[in-house]
Amino acid sequence: MNNSLIHQTFKITKSENRPALLTYIVAGDNTKKKSLEILKSISKYADICELGFPHNTPIADGGQIQTSAYRAIKNGIKINDVFSIAGQFKKLNKNKPIILMGYYNMIYQYDENKFIKRCQKSQVDGLIVVDLPFPENKNFAEKCKKKNINFIQLISPTTSRTRLKQIVKNSHDMIYYISMLSTTGGKLKVSPKKILEEYSKIKKQNLSKNVVIGFGITEKTIKSLKKADGLVVGSAICKEITNSIKKRQNIVTNVTNVVKKLIKEIK
Amino acid sequence: MKLKKNVPLIDQHDRHGFWGKKFGGSFIPETLKKPIEDLTIKFEKLRKDKKFIKKRDFYFQNYIGSPTSFVKLENLSGHLGGAQIWAKVVSEANGGAHKIYNATVHALICKAMGKKYIVGDTGAGYAGKMLSMAAKKFGLKCKIFMGAKDIKRQKPNCDAMRRNGAEIVPVYSGSQTLVDAVSECMRYWVSNCDNTHMCVGSTVGPNIFVKICGWSTAQISRELKIQLIKKFKKMPKKIKLINCVGGGSSAYGFWSEFIDYSKKQIELIGVEAGGPKNSKLHAAPLSRDAKIGVLHGAASYVCQNNEGQIHETESISAGLDYPGVSPIHCFLKDTKRARYTFATDEEALSAYKLVTKFEKLNPSLEPSHAFAEAIKIAPKLSKDTICIVNSCGDAKKDRDILKQRLGKY
Repeated sequence: MNNSLIHQTFKITKSENRPALLTYIVAGDNTKKKSLEILKSISKYADICELGFPHNTPIADGGQIQTSAYRAIKNGIKINDVFSIAGQFKKLNKNKPIILMGYYNMIYQYDENKFIKRCQKSQVDGLIVVDLPFPENKNFAEKCKKKNINFIQLISPTTSRTRLKQIVKNSHDMIYYISMLSTTGGKLKVSPKKILEEYSKIKKQNLSKNVVIGFGITEKTIKSLKKADGLVVGSAICKEITNSIKKRQNIVTNVTNVVKKLIKEIK
Repeated sequence: MKLKKNVPLIDQHDRHGFWGKKFGGSFIPETLKKPIEDLTIKFEKLRKDKKFIKKRDFYFQNYIGSPTSFVKLENLSGHLGGAQIWAKVVSEANGGAHKIYNATVHALICKAMGKKYIVGDTGAGYAGKMLSMAAKKFGLKCKIFMGAKDIKRQKPNCDAMRRNGAEIVPVYSGSQTLVDAVSECMRYWVSNCDNTHMCVGSTVGPNIFVKICGWSTAQISRELKIQLIKKFKKMPKKIKLINCVGGGSSAYGFWSEFIDYSKKQIELIGVEAGGPKNSKLHAAPLSRDAKIGVLHGAASYVCQNNEGQIHETESISAGLDYPGVSPIHCFLKDTKRARYTFATDEEALSAYKLVTKFEKLNPSLEPSHAFAEAIKIAPKLSKDTICIVNSCGDAKKDRDILKQRLGKY
């Protein structure tokens, strides 16, 4: 899948000698219209945009993303709305990769094949399924690949050496390294040095794979990890949405400012 | 889809952890892969280890207090006419409910794995209370995750947890009941799996937790089998084993030794929580045609909408107030070995009233659902039919609800 938009994006950021910035927001937070506006605005500064399906029993998300998800569900967001947000975004920004992220039950209820087809139609570039680990995800990942959708494998500090090798071997263009034992948005409790050591172990397996680091990354910590191919920020952005709503300030402006600061730190 | 004979049901899954190819599995974040693999290896080793079995049996006998009694409810049977009603009084177990079996085994596993911290979820508060007891007994630090709504309605059990030195972590997300407590507990484990052991309070969750829990509660049916043969000289020809089903841990424990018998000889009846009579909400995924979905790491029948969002549930019984159910019960339903039905809040309350009027028994709201079914079917059955209800919990924890709904406790 070496020609994928995701791969090309990393090629560019590497040539600029910086990590790619990946941002995560929950689709429909706080409304369908608003999340498209946020997406359009932050994509000027982010290299890859992740868009989450809100789910009401998320077993790996911390408080910030949970709050965003509940807000979106309360506002009536449906799976098809998520696809339509992604599709509308891609129509305007066909060169900006978009990755959808969610829990398996939603895909299961929607039907795997139908789901992938819909991804393809909306020009989705990649998929992350939090609770469908390797090797259980082999079939699904294969189906994605056939439709030129990157299935993104996750690796965590608990992943054993043998498993790590297999996962890298079965991965597509991008691998997501979870920085620490935590749900999303936890305080970074491991030193950046240690995180980058673990990161190099993955890189050593296959230098052509783009490895991004996520979990616990904020304006304060992002710089310390800038050696990585890419860095994901989610909870810090969701938190800004929550705060802006609370303070009745302009969500789009505030969130965009956060993303601007993030990219400045790693440029 | 077929059941195998002479193989415990908990072991009838394929190599991916699925029963009947579609129920169960381990839908977990990558971080939990290793801890779950470690736990699986350890458990499979321990259950074959004679020393460990000896230890388990020692604590079952001397700490939990087995066997729990098996008694005929003469007055209730006489009142209803028809089938004989018997009860397996599991609420006699230390702590007052079957949850002590799973809690004790998890504490022993936690010790064997060299971990000092143990966490668990709870709905009715029994799983939490028992885990806090077992943690105290075995010198482990314990945290219990519990929905804020349940903390309010099951105060006696919360008091007990605190007395045992456990920390109760209130969960305010979602419906603030068991489903959210389990999610929060799993999230906590994701963040602390290096030094903490997690106990899932029922036969739900990723495959290994279904197995450990089922292996633990199976003690109930081992005892009952011996008691039945002792009482009747041989296995009676017409038995009905009636059990409430929330996650399904007591029902599996009550049935496991009897699954190989024919349905004609031993019928297995699971009773789910139908919720308030006039409410659309319930907690009965098996008997009210829920679709298969993935919840808390396993595929099972789940109360959910078309989009895969988990439904809120409603039941007077906090212990049954859960949108999913054990994959092994889904398997028993689809193979038609067990029959599942539901009782409403009102039916459970009248059953409680009737049972306590006639018998010296004080079943909690969970087994009151099972009694409701027994009361419904017994009059139509022959005198030689033995209806056995698993009275798996004591109503002390329900005193506030009972006072409010029935005017007295």
